[in-house]
Amino acid sequence: MGLPVVHICTVTPISLTVGANRIVPAVAIPYPLGNPKLGEVEERGLRRKIVEKALMSLTRPVTDQTVFED
Amino acid sequence: MEPKRVVCYLNQFFGQIGGESEANTPPKQFDKPVGPAMGLQQLLPKNCQVVGTVVCGDDYFNEHLDEAGRAIESMLKKLAPDVVVAGPAFNAGRYGMACGAVSKIAHELGIPAVSGMYPENPGVESYRQYAYIIETSNSAAGMRQALPAMAKLTAKILQNEPIGSPREEGYLSRGIRTNIQVDKRGSERAIDMLLKKIAGEDFETEYPIPHFDRVSPADPLQDLSTATIALVTSGGIVPKGNPDRIESSSASKYGKYDISNITSLHSDEFETAHGGYDPVYANESPNRVLPVDVLRELEQEGKIGRLYPYFYATVGNGTSVANAVKYASAIAHELVNEGVHAVVLTST
Repeated sequence: MGLPVVHICTVTPISLTVGANRIVPAVAIPYPLGNPKLGEVEERGLRRKIVEKALMSLTRPVTDQTVFED
Repeated sequence: MEPKRVVCYLNQFFGQIGGESEANTPPKQFDKPVGPAMGLQQLLPKNCQVVGTVVCGDDYFNEHLDEAGRAIESMLKKLAPDVVVAGPAFNAGRYGMACGAVSKIAHELGIPAVSGMYPENPGVESYRQYAYIIETSNSAAGMRQALPAMAKLTAKILQNEPIGSPREEGYLSRGIRTNIQVDKRGSERAIDMLLKKIAGEDFETEYPIPHFDRVSPADPLQDLSTATIALVTSGGIVPKGNPDRIESSSASKYGKYDISNITSLHSDEFETAHGGYDPVYANESPNRVLPVDVLRELEQEGKIGRLYPYFYATVGNGTSVANAVKYASAIAHELVNEGVHAVVLTST
């Protein structure tokens, strides 16, 4: 029932407060899915890792708010 | 000097038409104070006059919202009040909803409204932004406290006196933030509050956390490789130039943007409209907020079925919970209708 949603965000306590059920922590507020200090290839690898984790979370049954830590 | 004009709104019971059996009474106009409106008149300053009372049955109002609303609107136009006073409705739900709706009609006519309700009356949640709703007890036994408080605030509005905070005036928060001047800067006030909190003393927060609802978690996807995934963001990613003019703070709208031919978000085509965080990194590479590049790659590799050809974006900065819920509901309905299976939502 309904659409599964994964919230990728840096400040996970806010995500918990507003009621997200699947939460994947991100890197930083101004660049949740990147890191300007890394080279282009490395940065993209980091982004892919976070997105893959987010997609994985969409396939996991959850009964309560869940933060998918490493 | 012309007397200031007040119009009261009451239900069939307080309007002295009858009890529950008269709840189907359509709106009626009396060109004088009736019931509690007489009490209100006595509490108002001499230059303020209750020139009319509009009475409507609670069932009629709630079952014929449009008709009742139109009838009352035309009565208010004729009576031309300076303030509308609705209720008090205490914890009567239908009456509270009617008082709220009448306040909204007044608001739309440019007339300020005062009401009185118990905080849990559903009229508070639905219409709080349209009226100064004095906090009352949950039954009509509280009339004696409610009326003077409502009269005091009504008089202030009529005499163009500044209206203080909800706590000072005794009305329920309208969810409106206003600028005020204070002696101590924010860091000092925050430390003061923290020290009081640690010491176990009472302190008053400057920003109560709003109430958020809870949604049961949706069932997981069975198969990612056949799923259509949509991207949604509160990080303000928009086509360059922000064609929908989404505000950098307190966004009044969201946008829907075509990415069917986009493999990666480039800085010459996309940017962020979001205020409140340093936009340099998002503008340099919008994929850092909205990972189109990676999802496109995963789509080509067959890891996901399809990336939905549009993304939705708004600005989270200062956007009210009520508006966020509205946007989310509209977006979710559209995504469900379009056969999307899951959403990746990113926030800054």
